Amino acid sequence: MARNDLQGSLDLLVLKTLSQKGEMHGYGIVQHIQKASDELLSVEEGSLYPALHRMELSGWIGSEWKVTDTNREAKFYRLTAAGQKELQKAEKSFEQLVKGIRAVLRYA
Amino acid sequence: MWLFRRIVNAFRRSKLEQDIDRELESHVEMRRADNIAAGMSPDQACRDARIRFGNRTLTRERVTAVDAELVFDSFARELRYAARQLRRSSAFALTALLTLSLGIGANVVVFSVLNALLLRPLDVPQPFGLYNVAHKSPGYDNQSYPDYLDFQSKNSTFTDMAAYRIQSAALSTANAAYKCWYYRVSGNYFDMLGVQPELGRFFHASDEHGPNSAPYIVLSHNFWRRHFDSDPHVMGAIVDINQHPFTVIGVAPAAFHGTVIFFWPDFWMPVVDSPDYQGTDFLSGRAMHNLWILGRLRPGVAPVQATDNLNAIAHELARQNPDDDGLDARLVKPGLMGDQLGGPARPFLAGIMLLAFLVLLAACANLASLFAARAADRSRELAIRLAIGASRWQVLRQLLAEALLLSLLGGALGAIFSTALLNALTRWQPFPEFPVHVTVSPDRMVYLVALLLSIGSGLQWGLIPARQIWATDAAPLMKSGGAGALVFRRFTLRDLLLAVQITLCTLLVTSSFVAVRGMQRSLHAPLGFQPQGVVLAETDLDFGAHSDDTAKMIQKQMLQEVGRLPGVSSVGIIDGTPLGTGGSTTVIYRLGTSDFRMSNSAFGAKYFYISPGYLEAAGTRLLTGRDFTWHDDAKSPKVAIVNETFARGLFGNSSGLGRQFMMGDKVPYEIVGIVANGKYESLTETPWAAVFFPMEQNRASNTTLAVRSQLLEGELVPALRQALRQIDPSLPFVFHSWPDALGFVLFPARVATASLGVMGLLAAMLAVTGVFGMAMYSVSKRMKEFGIRVAVGAQPVQLMRSALSRPILLLLLGSAAGLVLGAMASRLLAQIVYQATPRDPLVFAGVMITMAVLGLIATWLPAQRALDVHPAGLLREE
Repeated sequence: MARNDLQGSLDLLVLKTLSQKGEMHGYGIVQHIQKASDELLSVEEGSLYPALHRMELSGWIGSEWKVTDTNREAKFYRLTAAGQKELQKAEKSFEQLVKGIRAVLRYA
Repeated sequence: MWLFRRIVNAFRRSKLEQDIDRELESHVEMRRADNIAAGMSPDQACRDARIRFGNRTLTRERVTAVDAELVFDSFARELRYAARQLRRSSAFALTALLTLSLGIGANVVVFSVLNALLLRPLDVPQPFGLYNVAHKSPGYDNQSYPDYLDFQSKNSTFTDMAAYRIQSAALSTANAAYKCWYYRVSGNYFDMLGVQPELGRFFHASDEHGPNSAPYIVLSHNFWRRHFDSDPHVMGAIVDINQHPFTVIGVAPAAFHGTVIFFWPDFWMPVVDSPDYQGTDFLSGRAMHNLWILGRLRPGVAPVQATDNLNAIAHELARQNPDDDGLDARLVKPGLMGDQLGGPARPFLAGIMLLAFLVLLAACANLASLFAARAADRSRELAIRLAIGASRWQVLRQLLAEALLLSLLGGALGAIFSTALLNALTRWQPFPEFPVHVTVSPDRMVYLVALLLSIGSGLQWGLIPARQIWATDAAPLMKSGGAGALVFRRFTLRDLLLAVQITLCTLLVTSSFVAVRGMQRSLHAPLGFQPQGVVLAETDLDFGAHSDDTAKMIQKQMLQEVGRLPGVSSVGIIDGTPLGTGGSTTVIYRLGTSDFRMSNSAFGAKYFYISPGYLEAAGTRLLTGRDFTWHDDAKSPKVAIVNETFARGLFGNSSGLGRQFMMGDKVPYEIVGIVANGKYESLTETPWAAVFFPMEQNRASNTTLAVRSQLLEGELVPALRQALRQIDPSLPFVFHSWPDALGFVLFPARVATASLGVMGLLAAMLAVTGVFGMAMYSVSKRMKEFGIRVAVGAQPVQLMRSALSRPILLLLLGSAAGLVLGAMASRLLAQIVYQATPRDPLVFAGVMITMAVLGLIATWLPAQRALDVHPAGLLREE
């Protein structure tokens, strides 16, 4: 069992988003997760930015200031090789978590 | 690098916060734009965006907190873990701490001395850009006053130049007389240095109006405090210096002690004034070199440029004045008496620094091998950590944290112990007759070096096991349970480290043996006189302002009075003792020379003025001929006594007795006696020619009575003082035994021997711990094997052989290499220590025995342990 807390799930969501969509800024990540989860999940900005910063310091993601399509400045994040590995780990551990919880729920 | 980025972030806190603010702002902006696109009014859009975002300051703080959390969390965790690991193996931790603190401490001490002597600038308000003007050929760096004036007025690269010299004199007030050391300085001296008086005023260039025009002195803070009770009204007081009146015009600040490092004078006087017999003649003589020149470079001028500038002036001066023949210039770091002190001190200190560094290197090699052994022992733990997902980098970081923790602690301990030593050194006054203080108290630079050394050595020995960890494959290690066996098949890095360490140790031990033997020899070398049992009483008749005739009378009277004291077997006067303050050089010509040019001279010789009876009192052996008598006076023909080297130089193997030679005064001198050779300037000199002249035929104000007696120094000195005071109470005397007075000339050799001895001792300790650690480790790893071998009938000798053959082989190899290196290094040593030669059977044997004893000490316990094997118990254990 690795880190199967809520912070772990946020990391997983962010890493997955970046792996699917390539470069993205914080606002875009929030929007994407909301849209992709059919409005089921909404990410708190107050948790997102500390998480982004932590993942950047850990070397999982890199960042760069760029101009958006609408000509605004924004900080864009992208997945690094280390982040790719981390994503695989997080996915595996999430699957285990789900399996585990399901097993507990099914236990009669 | 994660670590680097975090550290950078920690320092760029404000930039990071700006960056975060910008990012959050852009987020809110985008939300607002989307809101407007969704049909909200601008106001509404803005409010909604802000509400949905929540508290921005809080978010920003949470983002920055991530940084601190990550850094301190992982650091604290690693340090805590490291501390726990070290507590668990306290023997290793203690060994490491001890070795490191000794190694780092030794380096800090040596570096402090080097720093104080060679690196630290002069203790004046603006020390940068100050240089002494020396001569190109090393050695004698004094300049003449007219040359100083020409350099000062003709150069275009210095803002100003000052000149100074150091002399001694008697200063008397109404109540007391003191023998003082003082500076005679050019009028612009204080202004050029930018020093401000603590009280009163300094003299200036404008005070100088030719010889004896400015009879002022400036007291040093210390002298003022000690002898004038810090009297604030001392300004205007008249004091007598060698019986000439001078006015006190100011007091220098406490921190200012002139422009020679380590020397603390009593007062300063304008160079144009003279309280001694020599007078102010030298102000006009280009051949009289007795000043040091200190110049301040113009801003933006490179030293090379200035040197060229001065050399051009020197060339021109040499062309115009025959006395300036061969004049040249070189800029050197100020404060070292031209380069007279710096010249020899630099290679010596660099050498000792190198040795200290080698000691630290040996200590690190030692720790690295212990640490590598420990890492090998822990390979199972490390393998488990790797297997459960720790990266190799994390494991390595853990080991590095342990190494750094130990090194920093060791460095701190070393700094504490060296600070204590340095403070003691600063309080020490090596030569009672000179106001010399070795101020080597550590400064910021020294602490920085200590820190760097600690980190450097931590990294060095912490990283050595890195290779091992990198190559670790977790699975087989966990299965086999310990990496003991595979280490012993071939020579490993650990063996190499140990061999290097033993080599360094032998090198240091050899050097210290060579130095100690040389020192011992130099104490028993034929000096040309017998210092034991002689007390010296030194004074200068100029201190009493005596004329030529009264001076001679007084000297005669002194000899009579002292000779009459009970217990005194003989007494004589010399102007300055050999290996002491005496012995200038003069040029000798053969009889019949008519053109007295340097190129026509026979050789240079040391000359002394002596009274009848001096040779007997000093114990200088008269080989043939006679001593001077009181009849060798101004009315009789000029006579001289020469040493063997002198006689052989002029007359070869035929006896020189009764023959004649000449000097610059173009008068023939008859040789009436020949004495044994001696040492005159230093113990390491090649034999000098020396010549003695009768005092009656010459004038010498410097007067040193050599008094030979059976009495102890403490008994003789009061009687001497009493007798001499009755002759002239105004003359201050300095008394010391002759062996003590030789301390000055033995000082470099003593310092060299002491420092090499300490280094050698440190190295020996390190070698013992190194060999011990290795032998102990190898025995403990093979206890099980030994148990089995004993069980199947192995003899103790066989066990010993297999347990200790490796360490002993390394010991032999390392010792041999070290001995060869030591022999090579001793050639350098021979320049400082008299007769230092490694081709000395005693040194050779001493080193071999020392290494053997060290080896025995280091392998004794491991051998005991190997012999103590109980097969049954051991086999049961696993």
